[in-house]
Amino acid sequence: MLPWLLLAILGLAAGLAVTRPARGGRDDAALAEKTERIDALLPQTQCGLCGYHGCRPYAEAVARGEAAIDRCPPGGAATVAALADLLGVEPLPAPVSPPARVAVIDERLCIGCTLCLDACPVDAIVGAPRLMHTVIAALCTGCGLCLPPCPVDCIQLRPVPAARGAG
Amino acid sequence: MTLPRHAWRGGVRVPRHKNLSNTEPSRAPPLPARLIYPLRSHIGTAARPVVGPGDRVLKGQCLAEPDSYVSQALHAATSGTVRDILDYPVAPGDVMTASIVIEVDGEDRGIDPWPSLPADADGDAIQRRLTEAGVIGMGGAGFPSHVKVREGLTRTVRTLIINGVECEPYITCDDRLMREHAAEIVAGARWLKRAVNAGECFIAVEEDMPEALAALQAHPAEGVTIGTVPAIYPAGGEKQLIKLLTGREVPSKGLPIQAGVLMHNVATARAVYAAVVEGRPLTSRYVTVTGGMTRPGNWRALIGTPVSHLLQEGGWRGGDQRVIMGGPMMGMALCSLEVPVTKVTNCLLVQEAAPAFLAAMPCIRCGECLRVCPVQLNARALYEYSKAGDLDAAQDLNLFDCIECGACAYVCPSHIPLVGYFRAAKAAIAAAERRQRAAAENRGRYERHQRRQAADQAGSATASPLPAAAGEDREALRAEIAAAVERVRARRAASEPPDGERGGPA
Amino acid sequence: MTTVSSGASSPHLHQATSVALVMRRVLVALVPTLIAMFYCYGPGALMQWLWAILVAHAVEALMLRWRGLPLQPHLSDGSAAVTATLFALAMPPWAPWWLTVLGLVFALALVKHAYGGLGHNLFNPAMGGYVFLLLCFPVAMKAWAPIDAGHAAPGWIESLVRLAGGASSMADGYSGATVLEYTRTQLRAMKMLSEITAQPVYGMLGDRNAQWVNVAALLGGLWLLWTGVIRWQIPVAALAALFLTAAAFHLADGDRYASPLLHLFSGATMPGAFFIATDPITAPGTPRGRLVFGAAVGLLIYLIRTFGNYPDGVAFAVLIMNGAAPLIERHTQPRILGAPA
Ligand code: SF4
Ligand code: SF4
Ligand code: SF4
Ligand code: SF4
Ligand code: SF4
Repeated sequence: MLPWLLLAILGLAAGLAVTRPARGGRDDAALAEKTERIDALLPQTQCGLCGYHGCRPYAEAVARGEAAIDRCPPGGAATVAALADLLGVEPLPAPVSPPARVAVIDERLCIGCTLCLDACPVDAIVGAPRLMHTVIAALCTGCGLCLPPCPVDCIQLRPVPAARGAG
Repeated sequence: MTLPRHAWRGGVRVPRHKNLSNTEPSRAPPLPARLIYPLRSHIGTAARPVVGPGDRVLKGQCLAEPDSYVSQALHAATSGTVRDILDYPVAPGDVMTASIVIEVDGEDRGIDPWPSLPADADGDAIQRRLTEAGVIGMGGAGFPSHVKVREGLTRTVRTLIINGVECEPYITCDDRLMREHAAEIVAGARWLKRAVNAGECFIAVEEDMPEALAALQAHPAEGVTIGTVPAIYPAGGEKQLIKLLTGREVPSKGLPIQAGVLMHNVATARAVYAAVVEGRPLTSRYVTVTGGMTRPGNWRALIGTPVSHLLQEGGWRGGDQRVIMGGPMMGMALCSLEVPVTKVTNCLLVQEAAPAFLAAMPCIRCGECLRVCPVQLNARALYEYSKAGDLDAAQDLNLFDCIECGACAYVCPSHIPLVGYFRAAKAAIAAAERRQRAAAENRGRYERHQRRQAADQAGSATASPLPAAAGEDREALRAEIAAAVERVRARRAASEPPDGERGGPA
Repeated sequence: MTTVSSGASSPHLHQATSVALVMRRVLVALVPTLIAMFYCYGPGALMQWLWAILVAHAVEALMLRWRGLPLQPHLSDGSAAVTATLFALAMPPWAPWWLTVLGLVFALALVKHAYGGLGHNLFNPAMGGYVFLLLCFPVAMKAWAPIDAGHAAPGWIESLVRLAGGASSMADGYSGATVLEYTRTQLRAMKMLSEITAQPVYGMLGDRNAQWVNVAALLGGLWLLWTGVIRWQIPVAALAALFLTAAAFHLADGDRYASPLLHLFSGATMPGAFFIATDPITAPGTPRGRLVFGAAVGLLIYLIRTFGNYPDGVAFAVLIMNGAAPLIERHTQPRILGAPA
C-alpha cells in the first residue's frame, strides 16, 4: 500500500511541476518578456498596417494570443517565419510586403505647420514652425502616416532609389 | 636556410599558366589620357579630397587624405589637371564610387621627394610616413599598412611574414617585382621588422619561382629568412601561410596579430622602402596583363590607369572574351573596361576561350569540396544551407570563415557555383543585420516620440506640435494655417500641378 | 531559395571533371568485375547486365519524364548505368527477366526518384532494389551456382531461356546457396571448418567463383582510388573492420568461425567496400565520418553473415549505415582552421 501511495504522491508532484510553467505563462513578467521578444522580431516601421498603433501594441496582442502572426506586411515572410519559430506554431502564408518607399516633402509648397512632425512615428522629419520641413530619407520607413495630416498635400511617397553598392 | 613547414589541410593543385607572362622584363606603358582615383578602393572609410576641379597637380602631390584612422591617402601619379570629382564605375561590380579624375598633361612634372627617414627612425615615424605615402596592402584586401604597423607597435609581433607566394594561376606581377627589385623588398622587410620589433622575419616564395628566390637570396640580410613553400593553391592565403610558417593558427574571425604575426605582401614591402628611403608615395604598381593577347606581360602601371589602356598596350584586340580583374580563382569579371587600376589590382586576365559552361548538376555529395577547402569547411553543407536560405545553420558551420578561394568550386564535379552561393549568403546575412540595426534605431526614435506625445497630452506645453501657440490664441493660428493653405492653393492653380502621383498610406 | 548561375562568380577556372566523368570512371572500374562474373558464371551474368542496363535507362527516362526534367543532361549522367551494373552484379545470373524489372523499378522509382533523384536519395538504389527482391522472392534470389560444382555454368542458349523465364523450376541444381551461406549452415550443423573448406566450391582465397569476382573488384577499386573518384577512408575502414572482426572470432574459435580471408574474398565484400559503400550520395562526406561509416559497414557485414540468415550481409550493412550517414556526418565535422583548440 505504501509504495502505491508514494508513487501517487510522486506523480502528483511531477504533474504539478510540469504544469507550472504553463501557469507561469500568465504572469505579467512572463508576458512582458514574451512581448519583448516578439517586438524584437518586428520591423519597427510603426506603420499600423497590422491594425494596431505601432509594432509594440501588435507585439502585445500577439503575446496575449489575440492576434495572428501574419498581420505585419512590412515584415513579410521573414517576420512570419521568425514569429512562428519563436512561438512554436506553424507559419502562416505571409502578407504581401509593400514596396520600399520613402516620403518626400515638396519644399516649395510646405507651409511649416509642423503637423507632419507629430504624425511621423519614428521622427524622420525635421522642421520648425513656419519653416520648410524635410524628410531624412535614411530614417524614413515609408509608412505614409505623415501624408493625411498635411494641409497642403505636399508630401509624396516615392520608390526608394535602387541601392548602389551597400557599404 | 629553409623555411619551417607546418602543413595545413586542404588545398588543390591548379594549372599555373605563369610562363605566359613572366619571361619578359616588366614594361612601362605610355601615359594614359586620364587617371581615375576612387576615394574608396580599400578597407575602411573613404579618403577626403584635398584638391578640387580645375586644380593643377604634380606627380606625387597629395590628392586625398585619410579621413579616419582606417583610410588611405591618394597621390597623383603624374602631372595634370583635376577635371572633376564624380561618381565613376569601379571594380568589382562597377559600383559607382566618388572618384577624382585627372586630365594628364603629358609633362610628367613632379614634386620633390620627401627626405628619407634617418636609419634610426622609430616605429611611430615609420608609421606616419606610411600613412602619408598612402601605402596599403597590395596583395588583395587593401588594408592600410600603417594600421598593421600600429598593431605591431602596440602588440608583440613574433613573426613578420613578407608574402611572395603568388598562388593564383596566371599572375606573375610579384614574381617579376622580386626578380627586378629584390634589394628594395629585402630592405623594406628590414624597415618593417625594425618598425614593429619583430622577433623573426620570413620572406616566402613558391617552389616554382627559382629566379625570384635567387634574386632575393642575392641580398641576404640579418634576421631575414628567405625560402620556399609548396605550390598548392591557396598557399598564399593569409591564414594558410601563417599556419605553414609558424604552426600557429589565426583564430576564427580573428586577425593575424592574434597569432603574433604581421603579414605584408612583397609589393607592399617595396612600397614601404620607396616611402621610407626614397621619399616617394605609392603611385604605381606592377600589373600582370595576360591571357588571350599578343603581348602578355607585366606593366609598371600608374595607379588610376584605365584598364582598357593596359589591355590595348598588351595587344588585346577586344572581342567578347571575358576580362577578369585579379586571378582566375578569386578575380571578378569586369563589366566595364573603363574602371581604373587601383593599388590592389594585381592582374588583368583575358580569358582565351570562354570556359565551357556545364549546367550545374545536383550535388552528388562526393565531399571533394570539403577535402580541398583550405579552411576545412563543409562546403557541401554550407551550399545546402545557403541555397535553402537557412542562414543561421550556415553561420553555425562557420560561413564567415570562408575566404572565397574557390578551391571547392574548382573541383566540384557537379559544377555548382559554390562561391557564388557563399557570397550571396554572406550578403543576405549582412543585409539582415542592417535591417535589424535599423529596426532597433526606429524603435528608439518611436519610443522617444511616444514619450514626447504623452508629455504633450499631459499639458506640458514645451513639446507642443505648435510651440509658437503656447501663449497665443489657437484660433488665430488656425486662421494663419488656413490662410497659408489658401495661398498654396492659389499658387497651385496658377502653375502646373506638381508632377508625380500622390501616394496614400500604403 | 537562392539560386546562383555559374559563370557569374569566381572561380573562372574549372577542373576537367563532371558527374558524367565520375560515373564513367566507376563503370570502367567495374569492367574487370564484369569479366570475372562472365568467367565464373558464364554468359548469364553478361545477359543479366545488358538487360539491367536496358531496363534501368527505360525506367530512368520514364521517371525523368514524369518529374518534368530534361533527359539531357540527366539521363546521360551515367548514374542509372552505375545503379544497373551494381544491381546486376548482385543478382543471381539466372534470374528471370521480370525479377530484374521489378528490382530496378523499385530501385530507381522509389529509392532514388521518390526521394528527389540524383544526389537526394537516402539509400543506395541498387542495394535497395536488391534487398527488396531478397525479401519478396527469397528462393528465386538464391539461384546461384550449384554447391556441389557438378554442373558446368549454363551456356548462352540456356542462360537466355532462363532470363526469358523459361526454366521455372528452381529445383534443378541451379538453386543453391552461396558459399557464405553454405559455410554458415554447415558450421551450425557442427561440421569442422577444415572439413567444410575441403569442398570443391572453395578456392584459394574464398568462394571458388566469387573469389575472382572479388579480386577483380579489388583491382577496379584500386584504380578508382588512384584516379581520385573514391577516397581511401571507406574501403580501408570497411575491409579492416571486417578483417579484424573475422580474425578475432576465428582466433577465438577456429572451428566455428570462418577465416578472415574467406570473408574478404567471398560474397560481395570487395564490390561492397569499393563500389557500394563508397557511393558518395549515401555515405558521409567528412573524412572522419567515412572512417566511422566504413568501419560500421565492415562490422555489420560480419555480424549479418555470421549470425543472420541471408546469403550475404553487404547489402543490409550498407543500407543500415545509409540511414545513419547524415547523423554520422553531422557529428564528424572537421576542425576548421583557426577553431578554438
Ligand atoms: S504592420 Fe508591422 S511594422 Fe507596421 S506597425 Fe504593425 S508590426 Fe509594426
Ligand atoms: S516621414 Fe512619413 S512616411 Fe516616413 S516614416 Fe515618417 S511618417 Fe512614415
Ligand atoms: S504637414 Fe505638410 S505643410 Fe505641414 S510642415 Fe509637414 S510638410 Fe509642411
Ligand atoms: S564537390 Fe560539388 S558535388 Fe561534391 S560534395 Fe561538394 S558540392 Fe557536392
Ligand atoms: S571558397 Fe570557402 S568553402 Fe570553398 S574552398 Fe575556399 S574557403 Fe573553403
